[in-house]
Formats: sequence, structure tokens, C-alpha cells
Amino acid sequence: MSSPDTGRSFFRSRHMEFTVVGVFLVLLTLVFPVLNAHGLLSDYTITLWGKYLCYALLAISVDLLWGYTGLLSLGQALFFSLGGYMFGMYLMLQIGMLGSYAKAGQNPAGLPDFMVFLGHTFLPPFWRPFHSFGFAVMMVFVLPGLLALIFGFLAFRSRIKGVYFSILTQALTYGAALMFFRNDFTMGGNNGFTDFKFILGHSLVDKDVGPATMRGLFMVTALVLLLVALICYWLNGTKFGLVRQAIRDGENRVLFSGYATANYKLFVFVLAAMIAGVGGALFVPQAGIINPDQMTPAKSIEAVVWVAVGGRGTLIGPIIGAISINALRSWATQAYPDSWLIILGMIFLLVVLFLPGGIVSLPAKIMAWRSRRQPPVAPLAATKPAPDRP
Amino acid sequence: MITKLQKILGVAALALCASVGSARAADDTVKVGVLHDLSGTMAISETSLRDILLFTFDEINAKGGVMGKKIVPVIVDPGSDWPTFAEKSKQLLEVDKVAVVFGCWTSVSRKSALPVFEKDNGLLFYPVQYEGEEESQNVCYTAEAVNQQAIPAVDYFIAQGKKKFYLIGTDYVYPQTTNLVLLEYLLSKGVPLANIGGGYKKDSAGKIISAGKYTPFGHKDYQQIIAEIKDFAASGDACVISTLNGDTNPPFFKEYAAAGLTADTCPVVSYSIAEDEFRSLPAKDLVGQIGCWTYFQSIDTPANKAFLAAFQSWLKTTKADGVVKEGRVVDSPMVLSYDGVYLWKACVEKAGSFDVDKVRAAWKSGVSFNGPGGKVTTQPNMHLTKTVYIGESKADGQFKILKTFADVYGEPHLKGTFKPKE
Repeated sequence: MSSPDTGRSFFRSRHMEFTVVGVFLVLLTLVFPVLNAHGLLSDYTITLWGKYLCYALLAISVDLLWGYTGLLSLGQALFFSLGGYMFGMYLMLQIGMLGSYAKAGQNPAGLPDFMVFLGHTFLPPFWRPFHSFGFAVMMVFVLPGLLALIFGFLAFRSRIKGVYFSILTQALTYGAALMFFRNDFTMGGNNGFTDFKFILGHSLVDKDVGPATMRGLFMVTALVLLLVALICYWLNGTKFGLVRQAIRDGENRVLFSGYATANYKLFVFVLAAMIAGVGGALFVPQAGIINPDQMTPAKSIEAVVWVAVGGRGTLIGPIIGAISINALRSWATQAYPDSWLIILGMIFLLVVLFLPGGIVSLPAKIMAWRSRRQPPVAPLAATKPAPDRP
Repeated sequence: MITKLQKILGVAALALCASVGSARAADDTVKVGVLHDLSGTMAISETSLRDILLFTFDEINAKGGVMGKKIVPVIVDPGSDWPTFAEKSKQLLEVDKVAVVFGCWTSVSRKSALPVFEKDNGLLFYPVQYEGEEESQNVCYTAEAVNQQAIPAVDYFIAQGKKKFYLIGTDYVYPQTTNLVLLEYLLSKGVPLANIGGGYKKDSAGKIISAGKYTPFGHKDYQQIIAEIKDFAASGDACVISTLNGDTNPPFFKEYAAAGLTADTCPVVSYSIAEDEFRSLPAKDLVGQIGCWTYFQSIDTPANKAFLAAFQSWLKTTKADGVVKEGRVVDSPMVLSYDGVYLWKACVEKAGSFDVDKVRAAWKSGVSFNGPGGKVTTQPNMHLTKTVYIGESKADGQFKILKTFADVYGEPHLKGTFKPKE
């Protein structure tokens, strides 16, 4: 069911793996907010973990493509950012008259600050529907999904695969980043969106109400992650899931068995884009900023590293990878501000060299090592390979 | 075999790692945050600011600290990743509970950190020239405002008899805003629109919303733009006002020199090139070009000489991690960081407290410090009054000071201030 270096988890069955993920996320959803509400866990930690869980969503979207379908997409950060931007537009319009220009009486139309900055006097038409929360949430799915549909249709129909697919996705996200960097694109340019105040009427910045809003966002994020994990778990058990893994392990055979592999890949690509989009949408209010840097290829590659470290082709691997690498990063950037990159780099190297299956394959490795150390049952001479012929 | 429980414990341990900050400061110390990029694209500029801050803390501690308390820096590295600025600000203010933070370079990093400082009522000292249009009560802008850098340079060129001005910059807020202000300023000085090069964009109502030529970050190919500048400068009374950022400068100046343009035929003033940037620039292509800052290392005063000597001897003896000791220079953002620490110290001592509200009130009441670049005085609008110098670059990467504007008031809101001459 799984190729040698992927999908090897320390769980005997995928049901058990999902149970663990589910229990972990449910516990997280309940315990963290309760601890936080009673002052036992800082607001800082809640927001930080909220971000980690958003990164976990991004990692799952990478894993769906890379680990399960064999498509290494280096453009998932684009879909993550697009989701973030769509929701960010709603958040920007919620600032209304609380922006610094409006306070100074220079912004009668209540435009986002960066527009006043650039001399705009009215809201560009495509911004207007984003006053509605529902529309913004819809767009969080629609825009990444639509872009993935168009791009995927063209790429998969032309049978672009392997490294060419990776390069194209990387080019796509790079091109998009350049476009978003432009100030006349009216998406905030290099500064992006920031200084959010309200979400559905709940304050994000108020000293008293803010922490509760962040708690709520954290719970929503954990539940969304649970839902996504459930979808992945269900998908893995269907015939669809099996065909998808067959595509990973030998696409031509699947093709010649009569399956339209392009359609399967297209579906997974669109689904992964939407999952990344939701992750981005939840990331923006918790991180407090979205800017085009989040869609540069380097960010996509970071997500690939999380998956590689956690263990690709598993449900729990990307979650472990995203949380542990980012937690390590948060800690090391303060504890070792001058050498944290070296520490992280070493870990990546060690994983690639000695643990190609990621953290989740560690127990299996240890077991194999242990059994090797046990004295062999058969006499040594019998297992010696025959000498080479001259 | 790892059990479920062990794994959950592992994750919980990670959670602890993330949430446990360092212990609270002891009574005779005060914690301050340092929020500068030590890795990533901005590291080359910001590591110098971290170094000068550590030097300043050591210097103050050696003289008895701030109100008898020794400064203990909490250094974090946001890694040139903008959302991390918000995360690290939160950590410094909420977990480490620092009294003040010195940090940020890019506008986007400041914009990312700002909401956290406003929510937690922290205090951020920001030392790098910026676009203005901002006046947060939680930021002490030791940085040059547009009227403390861009406008004096233009005044200098007008006095030199220049009639034509070409605006070029990297496409982000600082160049965009600076150029819009300069456009208004030049029009108010009677320079006709036809003599302002680089083009402009109007909105549907006919109002100019963007002036000058813009290239993206990391742009390499300046051939076409240089050809345009050459045509523009053919009359011999033109100059270029450049807000090009970092690594776009070498290709720009190489192409500029290759086209036969020189500082005599068409001088360039660059707002983003100071002594520190020269370490990575082709100095021979830049000889004679203009810089405009609050400080030049070549300032010939006893105060500056003592400062430079103290910094160099600190570099020799310091044991701080990651400090480059060879070939170090000092530039304006570094000195404004240095001034910032002393201004904060003066405000704390005047207020008699580390409390942010009281320190802010002291800042607003006007506090002065005689720094290496001359006297700086705090203003009620959170900015600084400072001396502005115009300098000409030399082959050794230093500047020869050509003109001095004393006590320029920092004015962040400039757009719409200058009315065109009728």
C-alpha cells in the first residue's frame, strides 16, 4: 500500500493514525482555550499555536499532492496567500473609520489606509463585495480552487509531470508575487494588509475582548484542521484514494489500465489548493499581516521541508512536521538568534540523510536497528554472498 | 515502540519550548528588546544595528546603567519574515515584558509590528529613514522623515542651478510616497511638470497618484532607463533622485557609468546608500554622487571622533555572538539607533520611571541628546529635530560633507503640504 520511503507511520493501521490525530486535535481545541481563559497559558502561545495549525493545513495540502499523488508542487504558498488575501480584503474593509487616515479626517470614504496613501478616492469595484463576510469566505475557496483548476487542467492535459511540474508551479507563484508587489495592483503592494481591527464584529486588538477573539480563531483553526484530516482519512479509504496512490507509484500503468489520471490529479490539485486557501485565510487574522513575501517560492519550499521532516504520505506527518519545525524555529530564533539557521539546516540534512521517511518513520528505524543487533540465527558463512566471477 | 502517550508528551514538550520565555529580570536590571533581522535578505543592513545597540548598552552599563539598572538585551531574529515581526513583538512585550524595543528596518516590518505595540502599549524605537504618513503613539521615530532627507537634497540641487529632476525608485511605499511629496515640492518651487522625469500616473479624476519610474526589488536591467536618463540629461542641467533599494544599485550605477554619465554631467542623489551599503557597492562608479543623511562618519567633531574610537575599541573586546570585527563603518541608521538608546535613557530619567506612558510624556516634552551627528531633540509628534548633512561620495566609501542644515524639524505628514506655484 505504500512505497518504501513514504507512508510508513508508526501506526499499525490508518484508523489508529486518524484516531490519534483526532484525539490530539480535539484535546487541543478544548484544553488550550480553557487553560488560556484561566490565565495558565499566555495569549502569545495561543496565537502562536493558531499559526502553527494554519501551517499544518498548508503542509497537509503539500502532502496530499506530494506524499499521496507524487506531484511535488512548489506553489502551495500561492494558494495559501490567495486565501489569505481574500479574507484579508474583508478584514481591511472592517477597519472602516478606525484607520489612521480616517482618524485624522483625511479618509471620508473609509478606504483601507494603503489606498489613501496611494491617492485613491474611491474603492476599486472588485473590492466592494468584500464588505460581506460570506462572500469573502466563498472567495477563499473559489479563487485558489479556480486558479488550480485552470493551471492544473492545462498542466495535466499536457502531461507535465515530475520536475517540470515543480518548476511551473514555482514560476506561477513567483509571477503572482511580482504582481502583488506592484502598488498599482491595489492589493497593498509590498506592505500588504495589516492593522486589522475586527472580525464579524469581534475586536482583534481590544485589551479585554481581543484574547477571546484569538481563542475563538484558534478553536476554529483546530476544528478546520480536524475536518480536513477527516476528509483526507476518508479519501484514503476510497477507491479514489487507492487510484491516486497508484498514480504516485506508477502513473503509466494506471493510465494504461484505463484510468484518466489527469482528472484524478486535477481533483487532488484543486482540493489541495482549497485546503491551503483555508489555511491562509485563518492565518491572516492570527498573524496580523499578509504580504506578497508569503507567496514567494521559498515559502512553498519551506512547507515541503515540513512535510519531509514530518513524514510524507502519512496523515500525521505533515502536522507533526509543521508544528515541530515552527515551534523549534520560534524557540531558536530567540535562544540562538545568531545560529538558529544552522541548527534548522542541520536537522533538515540529518532527516534527508538518515530518515527519508521523516519523524514518523523513526520508531520503525529503531526497531530495524534493534533486530539487526540481535545475533543471527543462521551461521554467518551461509549468508555470505557468492564471490564475484572474474 | 512509542506509545500514544509518549507522543502526546512529546508534543506537549514542544509546546513548553515555544511558550517558556526567559525568567523575569532581576531587580537591578531592565530588559530591552532588540528586534532586527539577523538572517534573510535584510540581515546585511540590520546586523549592524544590532551591533551598535549592543555597544550602546555596554557603554551605558559601564557608566552605571539607566536609573541605576543595568540594561539586559533580549535579542530575537525575525529572519526577514514579516509575520514573524508581529510574533516576536508579542513575545518581547507579553512574555519577556521588555521596557522598550529597538528595531525594524523595512516599512513592512514596522507595519507588521505596529498593531502589537499599539495593543500592548509598548514602545518601539525606529531608526531608518521612512516615508512618513504615520504618527503612532507607540513608536519613537528617530528615523529621518521625508523633509529631513529628500527635501534638503532637492534644495541643494536647486541651489546648484539644476532645472530638471529625474525620479526613480524601487516599487514600494517609501519611494512612492517620497516621490509624490517631491513632485509637489518641485511644482511648488516653480519647476514645470515637463522637467520632472520618470513619468507619472493619474487616476480617473486627473489627480497624479504616482510619480517617477519604478522597478521591482532585485531588478537588474537598467539599460533602457539609463538611455532615457541620458536623453533627459542632454541639456546639462539635470539630476537624478534615486530611491532605488539595496541590490538594484550596483547594476544601476554600472549601467550609468557605462553610458558615459558622471556626477559632473548629471549627479545622482541616493537616499538608500550610506557608508554601510558601500561595503557591497562598486565605489569607483559612485564617486562624486550625493548622499543626504543625519550623520556621516566623516563629521569632524570631537564628539564624533570619541564615538568612533569607542565603537572600534568595543569591537576589539566584545564577546557578543556574530559581531563582525573587521572593516566596520558607522552610518546614519546606526547613529540614530545609538541616539535612540540615549534618548530613551534621558526620557526614563526625566520621567523617573520605565512606564511607557510616562516615558512617552517625557519624549513629548522635548528631550535633547548631543550625539555623534550633533544635537537631536524629541518632538511632540514622536519624531526628532536633527541636523541634516549633504555629502559627496569618495572612492574610499566615505562622504565629503558639502552642506549642513541645522535643526530640521521632523514632519511626517507632508502630502498635500506644498501647493504648486501659480
